[in-house]
Amino acid sequence: MMPMPVLADLALPPNIPIIGWAWDDLLFLILAGIMLGCALFVVLGRNIVRSGLAMMGCFAALSGIYALSGAVIVAATEVLVYIGAISILILFAIMLTQSKSGPAELVFHHQAWAGALAAIGFALLVMVSIMNTTWPLAGTDRLPAATNAVAMLLFQDSLFIFALQVVAVLLTAAVIGGVFLAKREVSPDPGVPEMTTLERLRAPAEAATADQPA
Amino acid sequence: MSHSLDAYLILSGLLFSIGVFGFLARRNAIAMLMSIELMLNAVNLAAIAFGAFTPQLQGQAALIALMVMAVAAAEATVGLAIVIAIYRNRRTPLVDEYASMRE
Repeated sequence: MMPMPVLADLALPPNIPIIGWAWDDLLFLILAGIMLGCALFVVLGRNIVRSGLAMMGCFAALSGIYALSGAVIVAATEVLVYIGAISILILFAIMLTQSKSGPAELVFHHQAWAGALAAIGFALLVMVSIMNTTWPLAGTDRLPAATNAVAMLLFQDSLFIFALQVVAVLLTAAVIGGVFLAKREVSPDPGVPEMTTLERLRAPAEAATADQPA
Repeated sequence: MSHSLDAYLILSGLLFSIGVFGFLARRNAIAMLMSIELMLNAVNLAAIAFGAFTPQLQGQAALIALMVMAVAAAEATVGLAIVIAIYRNRRTPLVDEYASMRE
């Protein structure tokens, strides 16, 4: 009887053959490169639809980094919430607000150079302060993933149960607020034009000021 | 490299800076919202990195990241609704043309 090949025989060598790095270092570098490249494309790209798609790539690489660092539940939620929901919502909003003349000629403000200076200065400041800080509580290596601990904390710690319920109320309020802001009012009178709730709220005030005698 | 806390924190700082630049420089209101999402994700990455290296914080860091995601979803909903409501009135998504409160 032929011995079946064991999975351990097919396993990768502990380090990358030629360069000698650990595999997760290579994975981290690739994911970080994809993430930063996509993020730069989001802020620099001229076509905003492509920016939205690049944002999905950025979030996908970021969820890979979460999985690499052991936060598996956060990686899954990142895919569900950011790639699945928020990016699609943003793409819908982009397509609803595209003007017919295509993308604007001028993507950036005239003062964009000041923003670039501020961002670069901030990045340097953060890097210098990170390099020069020792984190006394942090260990020297990554911890193994502990999804059980997250679940225990979320559903047993009274503080986090309260936070969970506050988040539920917040999401409900956000849904109601979003519908309220973007809804079109359909008037039963066909002569009255459709308007958004904001316009309807503003309209009586304008009518009142128009009725004032000059 | 992936075994040091500093690498994760620097990556998070770079992502936040890219978001800062996008928020300050872009004219399109939706591009500004996307930059805000980038910044929120950078903060999440920093929280997860601290949790991955500190035994006392491991569970709390993941929960804080989940709460931030929920708040980001709420913020995106309301923000995009506001942008679409303004677009119906002004017919443009560019923020520097929303100048009617200037005079």
